[in-house]
Amino acid sequence: MNAGTQSHAVDLSNSTVRELNTALHALKAGSNASLWRVTNPGGLHAIAAGLDAPITVEVDGPVGYYCGGMNKQATVLVKGSAGVGVAENMMSGLVEVEGDASQAAGATAHGGTLIIGGNAAARCGISMKGIDIVVKGSVGHMSAFMAQAGTLTVFGDAGEALGDSIYEARLYVRGSVKSLGADCIEKEMRDEHKAQLFERFKLAGVEGQIDPSEFKRYGSARTLYHFHVDNASAY
Amino acid sequence: MNEHMKPPAAPRTLPRESATFDAYTLSEIRRAAATGIYDIRGAGAKRKLPHFDDLLFLGASMSRYPLEGYREKCSTEVVLGTRFAKKPIELKIPITIAGMSFGSLSGPAKEALGRGASAMGTSTTTGDGGMTQEERGHSTKLVYQYLPSRYGMNPDDIRKADAIEVVVGQGAKPGGGGMLLGQKISPRVAKMRTLPEGIDQRSACRHPDWTGPDDLEIKIEELREITDWEKPIYVKVGAARPYYDTALAVKAGADVVVVDGMQGGTAATQEVFIENVGIPTLAAVRQAVKALQDLGMHRKVQLIVSGGIRNGADVAKALALGADAVAIGTAALIALGDNDPQWEGEYEKLGTRAGAYDDWHEGRDPAGITTQDPELMKRLDPVLAGRRLANYLAVMTLEAQTIARACGKSHVHNLEPEDLVALTIEAAAMAQVPLAGTDWIPGQTGRF
Repeated sequence: MNAGTQSHAVDLSNSTVRELNTALHALKAGSNASLWRVTNPGGLHAIAAGLDAPITVEVDGPVGYYCGGMNKQATVLVKGSAGVGVAENMMSGLVEVEGDASQAAGATAHGGTLIIGGNAAARCGISMKGIDIVVKGSVGHMSAFMAQAGTLTVFGDAGEALGDSIYEARLYVRGSVKSLGADCIEKEMRDEHKAQLFERFKLAGVEGQIDPSEFKRYGSARTLYHFHVDNASAY
Repeated sequence: MNEHMKPPAAPRTLPRESATFDAYTLSEIRRAAATGIYDIRGAGAKRKLPHFDDLLFLGASMSRYPLEGYREKCSTEVVLGTRFAKKPIELKIPITIAGMSFGSLSGPAKEALGRGASAMGTSTTTGDGGMTQEERGHSTKLVYQYLPSRYGMNPDDIRKADAIEVVVGQGAKPGGGGMLLGQKISPRVAKMRTLPEGIDQRSACRHPDWTGPDDLEIKIEELREITDWEKPIYVKVGAARPYYDTALAVKAGADVVVVDGMQGGTAATQEVFIENVGIPTLAAVRQAVKALQDLGMHRKVQLIVSGGIRNGADVAKALALGADAVAIGTAALIALGDNDPQWEGEYEKLGTRAGAYDDWHEGRDPAGITTQDPELMKRLDPVLAGRRLANYLAVMTLEAQTIARACGKSHVHNLEPEDLVALTIEAAAMAQVPLAGTDWIPGQTGRF
């Protein structure tokens, strides 16, 4: 933290999410008001959504839907669990959840990093467009559905239909995969992929603790990229 | 036998074609048998449907006084988003341009839409594929669509928009997603959508991070938080269950509800979907209005109706039934130059004709509108096409004012169902206005 950094505290038991977000949206790059501690989030929705400044927001407790939604630049740390759509459509920055995350974590996100300390429920990384997601636990069914770009790294297991209708995203799973979705296949784990995976370990602060060779890589077979009647059973 | 004694040939009946197996149906069966794949096309339902043509205005008479044309004012402005948004949209005319994507349309076509709409003081709408500089730069009021695919979605563009339209469905395909074929996924389109070039691109039919009206309420709350409660938030639904869909959109917190009937166009969908799913625009308006009235929200949450709006009479009829504004898509493309007879020779080479061309997804549009082909795109002059759209919008507005004055209204919003009668029982039942010459509203009051 810089010497000039100011710390702010917001207690959501006596302030509103609107007041919090108004204050956070008013911050510009270069502001020294860069550390915000939020207490009593109580599962409220849209906490720290729409940020666009290099600040850090620490949330002490569970958050509801869309925490850190459409984030740019900011670091949002959730010391608890997160509801649906945490970091949805994030563009850049970091969102880290210490606990579990509900459905659609990191949905449609274009960039940045999402770290889930526990498990993520169904559709983690759905329609992801460039984000790097690391889930230290397991992910639910239909994760990385129609995933376009970015990486989803899962230390645990993946549920049914992983990567269904996937485009160019890369999926790394250490544990079991209950089933692969349409057009998603296991792919060779080459050195470049192990290097990429190692970079994801660094994002999650576990480099050197996990062996990349324990993971399998999954991606698109690219057989559904052009509509063809012979593929009708997959549609 | 003597030739004169030969029995006359038995009279033969004329060849009779089946009404059930008509020529179009036969051609479709043959096409399906040859290709093994369903027909995909653009535009909306082409079958004959009960429509605004089946309604008539009564005009002023002994009990109502008309306003003088060219002298007495008949206002047309409309304000959208007065429920929650800090910055509602103020339009000079009650006709907006519906969402159409860059990707489906060329950049110059989007620019032309912006130029024409802005000249008349109304809004345009983005589509699947994100916001382009062509449309933001030339649209004084731009509605940013929030679609299931979220292609090109980013918070900077949301903040640049004047309103946000959460698209739940569209009239041509309620419950359906989309498909943009590879030939239209140019390098620019691919980059905006984060997809490989040249692949067939699918647009999801459901939003990835919310399901149902309770979730939508939270999603709208998030969008309001991100935009600091400034932007009006529309919810667009394809006309299917308009009463409940409108009520649920209001419950979810919409400022504006957009109801799109089955004549509303699409860039590309299965023909069977377009023609067989959803209900006509005429059947949707009163149900949507009734939902607003039952909730005490009519005129507080604004209603935009779209799907087959073609002229000022359609505008006036939609408003008389309770809409606050209408949106046009297909008609706007025609005004730009789509399906123009000047390209007849080229339409014939594509196996169709001017007025019937609907393979917008193939990207070979002779008019240079529904294409990403650089050579075809050059055929559309965005300045000239924008002028044509502005002219067309001006005519529609003048027509609606003409009718409103004849009914004695000083604002087009003062038109009311009591100004209307229906030509058919179907239209009377759908619009809930009397059959002409009777006081009979099917399902309600009176008798023949």
